[in-house]
Amino acid sequence: MNLEHWSKLWHLFIMFLKIGPVTFGGGYAMIPVIEQEVVEKRKWLESKDVADVFAVAGSVPGAIAINSATFIGYRIAGVAGAIAATIGILLPTFCIVLAFSIFFLGMKDNPKVEAAFISIRATIVALIVYAAYKTGKTAIIDKASLLLVLTTVALMYFTHNQIHPILLILGGAIAGIVIIGIRTRLGRKTILHEKEQVYDYMI
Amino acid sequence: MLIELFITFFLIGLVSFGGGYAMIPLIQEQIVNQHGWMDQQHFIDTIAIASMAPGPIATNIAVLIGYNEKGLLGAVIATMGTVLPSVIIILILGKIFYKIQDHSLVKSSFYGLRAIITGLIIYTAYMFADTNGMFASMSWYTWSQILIFAGSLAAFIVFHKHPVSVIILSALVGIAVYS
Repeated sequence: MNLEHWSKLWHLFIMFLKIGPVTFGGGYAMIPVIEQEVVEKRKWLESKDVADVFAVAGSVPGAIAINSATFIGYRIAGVAGAIAATIGILLPTFCIVLAFSIFFLGMKDNPKVEAAFISIRATIVALIVYAAYKTGKTAIIDKASLLLVLTTVALMYFTHNQIHPILLILGGAIAGIVIIGIRTRLGRKTILHEKEQVYDYMI
Repeated sequence: MLIELFITFFLIGLVSFGGGYAMIPLIQEQIVNQHGWMDQQHFIDTIAIASMAPGPIATNIAVLIGYNEKGLLGAVIATMGTVLPSVIIILILGKIFYKIQDHSLVKSSFYGLRAIITGLIIYTAYMFADTNGMFASMSWYTWSQILIFAGSLAAFIVFHKHPVSVIILSALVGIAVYS
């Protein structure tokens, strides 16, 4: 590795270090910042490439913000670039959450904090319902997908959470392939999303 | 213990399609049900703290649980475990992913995946509500919880408020009502 390569890695690391805290607004809040840095300022990638990266980042497991950083780092500077970008985007939020962790461990037994958390717990239930609502809007597109959703809830409820979610998720992928396979054989089409949907808070 | 922590979060990272809150049922299964590292109420509190910080919810939860279990090293190991599967997948598939993404098999598996994940999230919401005692016999406490839940949900769906502002407002309500 020559000096130029090291300097590129360093710039990648610093760029994503600065973007890290921006991910507060969701993975896609990064797009304009990345466009400006990577496309306009440094001319490492074209605007089209950045759009491609964000389109794929939602299909790989994991958070969109981190996946996009890894992807862009990889495209600019190979494996080392991917690692530099990933560490860069993780480091600021890692430190912030660590500070939160220490702060809340110290405050745990404060009666005011305890009272606050009793209310926050109900808000978290609402947040999860909201996540279900948002995912459901893109997941439930016909009767078969609605049936899959209801079956999952029923299975979890009646087996008292005894089925491992990983098995269900794998089963879901197989069910999707089977359902759409049968439909295609019958000559019916299913309108599938062109791209993965954008969840503004779901990073 | 550190290896267990790493493997647990590696598994979570490997199957966390959809990102964000879609990962919570998986984390819940691994942390609360399989390993018993924390009880359900503590887990809900962890989600609350993770939602208030910037950054992806799954890595935030990993930092919090890792730190809780094994200090700073635990936080680093748990975060690495969560992120590593996607990094590996991107490095391996990086070049061909643009092509296979539009393959009909990939698209049809996502059709099924998304439905299952929605079901898992709905069940998680039910479980959390149950833990909070929201289905208990009608009392002043149950009603107050249902009201806070309904108000928060309206803030998200109708008024499109950011989770952080809703959680902070809810905290103030909690201090006023429950202390």
